[in-house]
Amino acid sequence: MILGLETSCDDTCAAVVTDRGEVRSNVISSQGVHDRFGGVVPEVASRQHLELVNAVLADALARADTTLAELDSVAVTQGPGLVGALLVGLASAKAIAAARRLPLAPVDHLQGHVAANFLEPDPFPPPFLCLIASGGHTFLAAVRDTAGYEVLGSTLDDAAGEAVDKGARLLGLPFPGGPHLERLALEGDAEAFPFPTGLGRGGRRGPMANGLDFSFAGLKTALLYRVRELGAEAERRRADLAASYQRAIVEALATRVEQGLESSGLGRLAVGGGVAANARLRERLSAIGVPMKVPPPALCTDNAAMIASAARFSPRLAYPDYLGLDAYASGQARPDVGAPVAASAAASGATGAQGPVR
Amino acid sequence: MPAASERSAQPIETADPAETEAVGSRVGAGLGPGDVVLVAGDLGAGKTTFVRGACRALGVTGPVTSPTFVLGQLYQGTDLAVAHLDLFRLAGMDDEAPGLLDDYLGPDRVVFVEWPGRSGQALADATVQVSIEHLGADRRQIRIAGHPAR
Repeated sequence: MILGLETSCDDTCAAVVTDRGEVRSNVISSQGVHDRFGGVVPEVASRQHLELVNAVLADALARADTTLAELDSVAVTQGPGLVGALLVGLASAKAIAAARRLPLAPVDHLQGHVAANFLEPDPFPPPFLCLIASGGHTFLAAVRDTAGYEVLGSTLDDAAGEAVDKGARLLGLPFPGGPHLERLALEGDAEAFPFPTGLGRGGRRGPMANGLDFSFAGLKTALLYRVRELGAEAERRRADLAASYQRAIVEALATRVEQGLESSGLGRLAVGGGVAANARLRERLSAIGVPMKVPPPALCTDNAAMIASAARFSPRLAYPDYLGLDAYASGQARPDVGAPVAASAAASGATGAQGPVR
Repeated sequence: MPAASERSAQPIETADPAETEAVGSRVGAGLGPGDVVLVAGDLGAGKTTFVRGACRALGVTGPVTSPTFVLGQLYQGTDLAVAHLDLFRLAGMDDEAPGLLDDYLGPDRVVFVEWPGRSGQALADATVQVSIEHLGADRRQIRIAGHPAR
């Protein structure tokens, strides 16, 4: 059995996954303290992870009806994320693994999102096209084997989840904006306002993404101006604005998926990240008509089961080779930060090789 | 194209995101280790666009994207590291330990900070202050203060 740990951002996560990919437990403890600050504060994140990690670990083991003695290996997120937060998970994982002389697999967070699709029940084996859309990341990848992925396109500016949240904020909706925007959009006309999708050439407003990249900054600005133009009427048209704005995001993502399927020759689709929870997006993507996998919500947002899942297909470092592992912050979805690279770099002693700094 | 007048507080007008990026690029070309650039402006003003231009001038070749959710990006420029912070999601930082942003700050690098208004004194050592305002449609007014002569 594999114990997974994930502490890259707000959530302290631990999970137990079997060597066959069955999720025995998947515990996610959101750091409610951040509400007081209106967001994540790195120092608070680190301290909260530190306070929560032992309880979350114990809970994950108890829910899996197992003990440390039954573990075969430990998996942990090495990056990208908040360095201080990552270090709490990394240190905990090292301590558990070292005490038991277990192997440890350092995992790239984004590879984890991809590997959520390999979990039981209904594992979705490669090859497939994978869309990951969350608050911090938006990219399209060709997944041809279980060990890595090739980035085909990624956002040039804002992540899709960030576009959702900032749009919601412009409409006066509370944080996190996703569920609020989706609810409001249900009552609106998605055709009411022609918002830009940031795709292709020819537009004047905001950057235009070519190839399979995304751009959401122009969309955000277009909403801002529309709200200003409408003035007092904006309040009355909020549902139409929300529906039209959501439609632009969904269309941008779905169009790139269609293009990615065609250009890569991949005939199957997997979706992950928090934005996958959006019902309109799922509807639009399933209408494309290729076999599609969307893991359950608890496996789409940040979680440790996906990290353990990735570890099944990643090199594991033997004790004591992992004791010097360092976290890396760099947040880009790049082909060279897949889990296998992380592990081999660590094995050669080049700790933190993924982050350009540190 | 607007005149290069970064040293004065004379505002610069840009007509579209490409011009905003170009102004960022000219500012970036004059930056060196230890510079901390605060970039203020409303949602959609073009802060990330400006920083992207500056990063390009410093030799960063990969994507330069909004760090709102991840809080900070670290890039490698030609000769130095570049940190790109976004404090949009942070608040009340004055109550926190001063080491809060130590992972990203450093005398050996150039640091860009979006939404600096929320950072309190943690970023008191800013060397350049940029503010971007909407003028309607794609037009922006950019004010730059404290750009070091190099």
